[in-house]
Amino acid sequence: MNNLLILIPIALGLGALGLAAFIWSLKSNQYEDMDGAAQRILDDDDAP
Amino acid sequence: MHLDARHSENPPLAQKQVYDNIAECELLASSSVIDEKNYQTDFIVPGMHCISCIRSLENNIGKLPFVSQVRANLSLKKVSVVWRKGAGNISKIDHTISDAGFEHSLFDLANTADVHSDNSSKNLLIALAVAGFAAVNIMLLSISVWAGADGETAKLFHLISGVIAVPAVLFSGRPFYHSALSALKAKRLNMDVPISLAVLMALGMSIYESMVGGREAYFDAAVTLLFFLLIGRYLDNLMREKARNSVVQLSRLSAKGATLVSKNASTSYIGLNEIQPDMVLRIKPGERVAVDGVVIKGRSDMDRSLVTGESVPVVVKTGSQVEAGTMNLTGLIDIRVLRDASHSFLAEITRLMEAAENGRGRFTRIADKMAQIYAPAVHLLAALAFIGWMIVTGGDWHLSVYVAISVLIITCPCALGLAVPVVHVIGARRLFKEGILIRDGSGFERLEEVDRIMFDKTGTLTNGRPKVKASTIGEDSQAGIAKALAVNSSHPFSRAVADYLTQPQSGVVENIEEVPGAGVEGWVNGTLARLGEINWVKEIACVENRNDQLSATGLGFALAGSPIARFDIDEELRSEAPETITELTRTGIALEIISGDSSDRVTKVAQQLGVSEFRYGQSPTDKIERINQVQMAGDKVLMVGDGLNDSPALAAAHVSIAPADACDIARQSADFVFTRQSLLAVPFTLKIAKRTGRLVRQNFALAIAYNSVAIPFAMAGYITPLIAAIAMSASSIVVVANSMRLNAGGGIGKTTDTKTGNLSMDKLNSNQKTVVEQA
Repeated sequence: MNNLLILIPIALGLGALGLAAFIWSLKSNQYEDMDGAAQRILDDDDAP
Repeated sequence: MHLDARHSENPPLAQKQVYDNIAECELLASSSVIDEKNYQTDFIVPGMHCISCIRSLENNIGKLPFVSQVRANLSLKKVSVVWRKGAGNISKIDHTISDAGFEHSLFDLANTADVHSDNSSKNLLIALAVAGFAAVNIMLLSISVWAGADGETAKLFHLISGVIAVPAVLFSGRPFYHSALSALKAKRLNMDVPISLAVLMALGMSIYESMVGGREAYFDAAVTLLFFLLIGRYLDNLMREKARNSVVQLSRLSAKGATLVSKNASTSYIGLNEIQPDMVLRIKPGERVAVDGVVIKGRSDMDRSLVTGESVPVVVKTGSQVEAGTMNLTGLIDIRVLRDASHSFLAEITRLMEAAENGRGRFTRIADKMAQIYAPAVHLLAALAFIGWMIVTGGDWHLSVYVAISVLIITCPCALGLAVPVVHVIGARRLFKEGILIRDGSGFERLEEVDRIMFDKTGTLTNGRPKVKASTIGEDSQAGIAKALAVNSSHPFSRAVADYLTQPQSGVVENIEEVPGAGVEGWVNGTLARLGEINWVKEIACVENRNDQLSATGLGFALAGSPIARFDIDEELRSEAPETITELTRTGIALEIISGDSSDRVTKVAQQLGVSEFRYGQSPTDKIERINQVQMAGDKVLMVGDGLNDSPALAAAHVSIAPADACDIARQSADFVFTRQSLLAVPFTLKIAKRTGRLVRQNFALAIAYNSVAIPFAMAGYITPLIAAIAMSASSIVVVANSMRLNAGGGIGKTTDTKTGNLSMDKLNSNQKTVVEQA
């Protein structure tokens, strides 16, 4: 029983973290241009 | 393609002249305001396809002093530019994109509907994520309870489930509650009413059960239901968005303004809204006329195919009327404006279309039809269960409510919610692979009912481009001269001649000049050579030679004093048009050609294709009347057309298909748009629609079969949360698996044309491009 009291919050917390990360990435428009992102990573000509 | 070859000979000129059309006021009109100083303008750049394209666009535009932010989106082929007002001439952005070598058009940000829908899809995805998170965690806890956790542990697990479920259900269920509320306000019932009721009642009952320490809670059912239903809702939304984006990408550079000639002969560019009657406008070759007017100066050939469907260009001279939407092909003309833009022929067409579209609103989607029967039945059953248990148990309201809610949960149209969208999304993907875009899922349902197909001729059955069928031209030297003349004209007939002649063009032709309304002439070693209208060429030629059987619509070619060589010109059928007609005839659907073109041309095409029913000389109003007459008699009409003159008919017909190179308005009023050349897209779309309809009905049958087994158990009170969860998931999986069967089967028959949308984009822009190049 004591184990559960620790493990359940950890499980829920990790899940919630993933959910928050997903919502954040969605809201910051990171899924707007999937093809573009795939191409941009190949470009190592960093602008100064 | 020959057009590209010619394009590359002289690219800077071609691009400059075409794309300078986008003027500053036009840019401003389609920009959106971010704050006081900053504006945003979006451009559609269809040619962007790799990292170097992104780089060159972002770097070049970013260098402009007044641009504060630029971002290229490869998936949407869109470049968003944020700029500061008053810091420079913004049409430089436009020039920069042209100079980088990209075709582009403006994306109308003023149209806020698109922005709104973008958010709705994002909100649905967030709701879906929240519901998914809640469903997984609650299911984990519920399984522990079902596996035998008891006493305090079960209580704790129910409590945690409740804490997760309450916010998740309230948040993720909003799309359904909104829709259910607005349906109830309108005194209707839709699927969302039983969904909302089941979810909320399951939640409420579970909270009560957990409070009083009951054995069972339905938290998992409430959240899992929402999760499944949101998947269906999201897929539906995704499909519509994808289709809309693709259609916007095809958008053609259309007249949004015109060049004004003022009293002192200076010229300036003004927007469409500023055009007043009696103004004088200058129309350059290659430009589309923006408003109706009368020619007061100049002589030219006009392409009226978008307006009348007539494929042969018409000669205009001083005193002739020109309509908005026609394209100037050869000469520079000045026109006096007759009516402002809101009263033009174009605006008239738009009004006709709006009236026609109202008629289509009567169509109810199959899911709504189902809901009208299903929702009252379910609510009635739940009520009966409640009353029945009240009587049997002698007034145990707790047990009675519990059973009634179990009935609602078990009958919640979860599989029904997935039955339609999953099939439509898979169907849309099948079509997309073959280059066909669908604008709305209900298009499938309407297409399935069709029992008469009406085709427009020009641009639909034919590809709208004239082609030389036969010629009497002799030696290579003559052909070389004719070719040299032909490539210097933008008239569609000259282009047909240029395509037909394989000989290299002769270099000895000098002073080549286009004579509007007649043809092209040039000098070869002091001798005049003409290519053009037969009578005009006859003036310099010696005598008529033997080939009188060639049609009078052809072109002539002659050197001064030599015999005439003739080119017989005909329209070219769209690729695989005969196969399409054969295939459609086999399905037993009535076929009909309905065209604005002249009698002999329509008759000829109808005979070539073996279509016995045809009408010619039809105005847009005639077409609507014909469609209404047929639909009144009970037939459902599929209209296939591309012209401006077809647009009202496309909107009036039960369902409609347009090719991607159709005019903007036609594309927007069509339910399906096909981006490849082959007309076989029509029978293929029809086939997919038929299979889609069959699968949707099978899915409904499966979902109802599941319900008719589950309902007696629920009413008898034998349903536990465990059984509900298993039954619900199983029925959803069965429905989705059944929908997947749509993926079986091949693509469009013998399509050899592997190029996709780009091909039509080429064709789309090449008309305008070559016109300007040669001018």
